[in-house]
Amino acid sequence: MTEASPAKPYALHLGVIALLFALSFVLPDYHHGLLARIMVLAVFAMGYNMLFGYVGLLSLGHAMFFSAGLYGAGLTVYHLGWNVPAAFAAGLACGALLALVIGLLALRTTGVAFMIVTMMFAQVFYLVILYFASWTGGDQGLVVQQAARVLVLGSASLDLTNPTVRYMSALALFSIVLLITLAIVRSRYGRVLVAIRENEERTKMLGYDTFSNKLIAVVVSGTICAASGAAYALLFGYVGSSFASVQYSILPLLWVLLGGAATTLGPLIGTLFMYYVIDITSGFTSAYLLIVGIALILLVLFFPKGILGSIRQRWLGWLP
Amino acid sequence: MTDKNGFFDLSKSTLSRRTALKGLAAGAGLAVAPGFVRYSQAQSSAPVKIGFQSHRTGIGAAYGRWYEKTTAAAVKAINDAGGINGRPVEVVIEDDGTDPARGAEVVGKFATQHKTDIVFGTLFSHVVIGSAPAAGEAKIPYFVVSEGHHVASTKLNRYVFQPGITDVKSQIQSMAPWIAANAGKKVTQIFPDFAFGYDHRDYLPPALKAQGADVIAQIAIPPTESSFTKYFPQIPAETEVIYHVMVGPAVLTFVKELGEFYGSNRPQLFGFMDSLEATDINSPGLEFLDGSHFWEGSPRYAQPDDSAAQKAYRAAVGIDDNGAAVGDPKDVSTASHMFGCWETLYVVKKAMEDAGYKGPEDRAKLVEATEALTEFAEGPEHPQGPKTFNGKIHQCFGIQNISKVEGGKLKVVHKTKIEDGLYEPEGDYTTQAL
Repeated sequence: MTEASPAKPYALHLGVIALLFALSFVLPDYHHGLLARIMVLAVFAMGYNMLFGYVGLLSLGHAMFFSAGLYGAGLTVYHLGWNVPAAFAAGLACGALLALVIGLLALRTTGVAFMIVTMMFAQVFYLVILYFASWTGGDQGLVVQQAARVLVLGSASLDLTNPTVRYMSALALFSIVLLITLAIVRSRYGRVLVAIRENEERTKMLGYDTFSNKLIAVVVSGTICAASGAAYALLFGYVGSSFASVQYSILPLLWVLLGGAATTLGPLIGTLFMYYVIDITSGFTSAYLLIVGIALILLVLFFPKGILGSIRQRWLGWLP
Repeated sequence: MTDKNGFFDLSKSTLSRRTALKGLAAGAGLAVAPGFVRYSQAQSSAPVKIGFQSHRTGIGAAYGRWYEKTTAAAVKAINDAGGINGRPVEVVIEDDGTDPARGAEVVGKFATQHKTDIVFGTLFSHVVIGSAPAAGEAKIPYFVVSEGHHVASTKLNRYVFQPGITDVKSQIQSMAPWIAANAGKKVTQIFPDFAFGYDHRDYLPPALKAQGADVIAQIAIPPTESSFTKYFPQIPAETEVIYHVMVGPAVLTFVKELGEFYGSNRPQLFGFMDSLEATDINSPGLEFLDGSHFWEGSPRYAQPDDSAAQKAYRAAVGIDDNGAAVGDPKDVSTASHMFGCWETLYVVKKAMEDAGYKGPEDRAKLVEATEALTEFAEGPEHPQGPKTFNGKIHQCFGIQNISKVEGGKLKVVHKTKIEDGLYEPEGDYTTQAL
């Protein structure tokens, strides 16, 4: 963690954003649509990475933050007829509030206990969604109609179901979150988080209030995940409880581990990799999860720090 | 390494500009020719491509396998008879993992990568609901075989249809007159505490009320439960009929424990075959079901009065008289639902022929032609029975079977009428833009 010039990382990140922008014009329809989805879910992974990668807190309950955003945005549109920006804001607010409450309670624990507590809270959240099935659609979920997914800006209106608008919206969200993440991890606050991860006791002795620093990280992480969930509801039109299941708590962990924990671009690479491995292998065999499993084992063996983490370790030490 | 042989030495070649141009022209001609041939074929004999969204993995896998078998049989029958509009039918299968998020991606893949004409075949409700927005946005007709009420609720969109299987609301409503008249007037419901159970919880009481019977208790069982004995004391003593719709592996335990709880002196039992699809009715522990009744969409066991169409359908799909795969008695089918794949494909065929469907540019016409359909006569194309179709709610209505477990088999004792399952439409898809 030497003081690298800020130019390189910023150039790289802006380059990635420019590349994703350019891809919009050359990708075939299917991959265009898939990449939009991957960018939205990469935001989920980035939110997860904020806590897991930089603070070293392994949560098994982040599906609840994603779904807080998903339901916060989806239900306000579905039941209250809110417009897109208001619904998105509602999703963010739900995620932030939930993260604050969960953070206050769960941060009393560490390590394995933190994993269990977050998983339990996520399970409670999942069951609450099922319990209020008349509002949430239960395990079947709800469809946010196309007509409600239009972003009105003054006299102009953007139809979020249009593939190009959807791609650009996903890219905008991804870019904003990527740059925010980059700014955070390069800031003094980001270094404090890494210090907590490396040695919390020593950080305390240096005079830092580690609890509130961690709490802020939980809230930032939860809000980013909620942004992803809210965007998912508004861009893809489906709100369902399967997103709150434990599977969606494990997926971001997997994406982050694959791409490289504590790397800003790792979540994107991990999500991209997993999506395409599943997409390609499922075309050949119904035992595709076996292949995914083998791919994961090989990655862990040869890239123990994830794809980008290993690249940073071996070649590009300046990667944030 | 520097030795040049003549073959690779371009410096010796005498390639003139004229030769190069000729070569380029010939190459271009060759490159274009197959495309041209393909294009001209598209108008006549290029296959109609059907994207089959299959539950190959995940909780729907047992259904998915039989849906694939039935679909393959129907496609073979259609192709043997000349295809659709003279074009052969080709099925492209993608696994959705019985997951709604993946389901939506698969629909996108069919529309934009495989470029199929329609998407077809989804069963599980949450996958249908999760995939419906993707179908509506891609404007690709989406023919589901799900039996959920979601299509008829008009909460999805104009591109989603369910023309080959009745919805659960209609099924429940059709059962009420028979239950009230033959099984008893005081009914206790036991159902899983999630959406499939809620349909039964919500639709049965009013349907029974209209027949002068009552639901006197409703017992919702959490889907994670593996033992049920503790719930049985909640069943009121005056219960005349227990109406059960447990699903999944727990059903064997449920029946066994219910048997232990009641012994030989039990109320009447009425269940939905969804509980026991792909499960042998003679499995150990299910003896307690002897003498009880079940709803069946299409009968699992061959019946003495089976129509010629029903016999031909069973032979084509490859199920024996006990509803298991021919040659493998342990591979029990999902007979109550899978006929829907067969019938839906024939509805697609009819609608494509009515629309003069030529390719994806005619998808809107296909939607309108499907909406214009009103009746499907019983016969080789609709072996389960006659149906009516409501184009406003994109849902068909048909007959249901009530079967009694007798001597280790299911014997159909009553067939309902189409009218028993009709209800007031809750909306109108045709008012939505195409």
